[in-house]
Amino acid sequence: MLLGRTANGLYWMNRYIERAENMARLVDAGLRMALTRTQNASEEWNSVLLSAGSDAAFTQKYSDYTAANVADFLLRDTSNPSSTMTSIETARNNARMVRTALTRETWESINEAWMSLKRMLAKPIDERDLPSVLDAIKRETALIRGSFYGTMLRNEIFDFSQLGTYVERADNTARILDVKYYVLLPSISWVGSTLDNYQWESILRSVSAHRSYRWVYEADYKPSNIADYLILNVRMPRSLTFCYRFLTEHLRFLGDDYGERHACHVTAGKTQAMLAAGSIKDIFDAGLHEFLANFIRDNIRLGDEIAQDYRFY
Amino acid sequence: MAAFDEMLPEISGLRKPYSAYDRWLKEQDPARLTEKMQDAERVFRKTGITFAVYGEQEASERLIPFDIVPRIISGNEWRRLTQGIEQRVQALNAFLDDIYHRQEILRAGRVPKELIAKNEAFLPEMIGVRPPAGVYTHIIGVDIVRISENEFYVLEDNARTPSGVSYMLENRETMMQLFPELFQQIKVRPVENYPQLLRQSLAAVRPQGTKGAPTIAVLTPGSFNSAYFEHAFLADQMGVQLVEGQDLRVVDGHVAMRTTEGYKQIDVLYRRVDDSFLDPLTFRPDSALGVPGIMDVYRAGNITIANAPGTGIADDKAIYSYMPEIVEFYTGRKAILGNIPTWRCSEPDSLKYVLEHIDELVVKEVHGSGGYGMLVGPAATKKECEDFSKKLAAKPSNYIAQPTLALSTCPILTDKGLAPRHVDLRPYVLVSDRIQIVPGGLTRVALKEGSLVVNSSQGGGTKDTWVLDD
Repeated sequence: MLLGRTANGLYWMNRYIERAENMARLVDAGLRMALTRTQNASEEWNSVLLSAGSDAAFTQKYSDYTAANVADFLLRDTSNPSSTMTSIETARNNARMVRTALTRETWESINEAWMSLKRMLAKPIDERDLPSVLDAIKRETALIRGSFYGTMLRNEIFDFSQLGTYVERADNTARILDVKYYVLLPSISWVGSTLDNYQWESILRSVSAHRSYRWVYEADYKPSNIADYLILNVRMPRSLTFCYRFLTEHLRFLGDDYGERHACHVTAGKTQAMLAAGSIKDIFDAGLHEFLANFIRDNIRLGDEIAQDYRFY
Repeated sequence: MAAFDEMLPEISGLRKPYSAYDRWLKEQDPARLTEKMQDAERVFRKTGITFAVYGEQEASERLIPFDIVPRIISGNEWRRLTQGIEQRVQALNAFLDDIYHRQEILRAGRVPKELIAKNEAFLPEMIGVRPPAGVYTHIIGVDIVRISENEFYVLEDNARTPSGVSYMLENRETMMQLFPELFQQIKVRPVENYPQLLRQSLAAVRPQGTKGAPTIAVLTPGSFNSAYFEHAFLADQMGVQLVEGQDLRVVDGHVAMRTTEGYKQIDVLYRRVDDSFLDPLTFRPDSALGVPGIMDVYRAGNITIANAPGTGIADDKAIYSYMPEIVEFYTGRKAILGNIPTWRCSEPDSLKYVLEHIDELVVKEVHGSGGYGMLVGPAATKKECEDFSKKLAAKPSNYIAQPTLALSTCPILTDKGLAPRHVDLRPYVLVSDRIQIVPGGLTRVALKEGSLVVNSSQGGGTKDTWVLDD
């Protein structure tokens, strides 16, 4: 038996842990672009902010797209509800609320991540320290994930946690693709230029897939392969298909446990079936942007339905 | 003021309960002990054993300082204490039953009527209500102070929602992690079964109509409450749900919690929410922490609320001074554990005395708790005494006064080695069809030299409390 409020806390705790890490990954990708290319750096930071869904809030506060400003806003600004610091704080508040549902190891790893990031992000980050700060964020969230997978019982508590992780991750990957969808379109005239190479690498890097891509596809970046990898690849842990594979699986566990299926099962099943049947050519033919926009909308709806069907509020 | 030190009384030397510990201590490298002290702090911070201090903006989560020198009580001393505590707890429950029914003690003139009628802690809503199994106060923390080898006094009865038991458990856990060898050398009675005892005790007082095993839940005001860690800790250790008001609702005459599969009935609610917030329909209408209609369910006998609403009338500081009479009235015997002599400022003669001797006395608010709103005369400045006298004279019935007792001391580890500090003791008592007292309790220690205020909100710390198995 699980309280609806506890399920809600677990779900959001994991969404925010995922988000805390995604912010670091986005800044990492932006930083790489800024380091390897001197021109158009501000454009690159702009798309980082768009991927993070934080562009509007950023421009209210800053006029320049610089590494220092963006990193500060996405990593440590507590007025930004999605910054790494706010996310880890929100994750911890949720963890505190659902503490009785967590193993001691899981709680301690979240609490320690919060303590160490709070210390690290207390003062503005010196640009020279940025790489090590980004590493530390990824390390802390990896430790949380490690103790979570290593110690949690695979029951409803685990299921609701995973739902949070994969709804957030699917949203994040889809947004990254949507911000850059135009560089993936085959009709673009400057296909194959060095500029594109950088752009493509940046997409892959923001989902930590720039190396694994080469294990799966040929060494050269090819837009349709990149899209295929991030949307349809079953094995790539941040692809939309991968996320939906686990979302449907955990929803199925819950449905079996409780002996009841809800609207969220239907929604997740539809998206899953659509991804399983699709080819990247079909997606490109029908319009990549439309595909992603629909996906993001349905994914948000899935989150709302989960909350309603399992009495989060 | 020379106080009685529980380890090293100045004249008689090392006391027996401490002899084995002292032997061990002498073999330790002081540097290693300092290191262990830091280890302890790390453990506490990591596990998130924190508390919030009201009125302090920064550091909303702080650790209660922990001292690694245990407070040791011999088996004999403990036996005497438990007899006194049991008697007192019996009397508290009998008093509550009486006060909400026939009020014999008022008729007999042993406790003044107006003390009850005008008291905010007295809940008219509880008149004529008999809780399941007839138990009113299920969990009690009796604050005890010692002033010499054989003199123990009750400082306060906490019969509402006493806190701190999680520190008792975590302190022991930490000590066993830090000094496993000590526990092999010295036989200390265990405290770690407290959560199981609590669960059994709560199950034993379930409503009569409960079918099968009762569903128990802990009700917390939420994660921003200063004692939230403890609420979560106890729910976790008992293996029961930790609920908030927003999770609960009255469904078909029972209190039920919103789960992922719909509403599920609760039979026993261990609530850590104050009376006035419990039911917005009966008490404070603005309360979002309680359950609308829970009092109706309670009066119908369909839920056990632990502790029962209205138990505050038994631990009220104005009632406290009548405890010797109360114990004698209901148990037919003199109180084994004494009270500290108390002046009730509502009485003109007492008020006069207190005002004249304010610099020697401890003056407390009748309804205060946590060490807030009190004056320790000998430690206060002249100005503080004068200001307090004005408050006191303006509303005498709001205050009681007690002599400044030389609370016993127990050494703590400081930078300069061991140093004596004043301590008190809060053993935890569970009442169901029987009375159980976990051997030990929470020792609170005033960390400032000479200070008598042990409350954690006022710079107090804690120690592990050992009852020897001898």
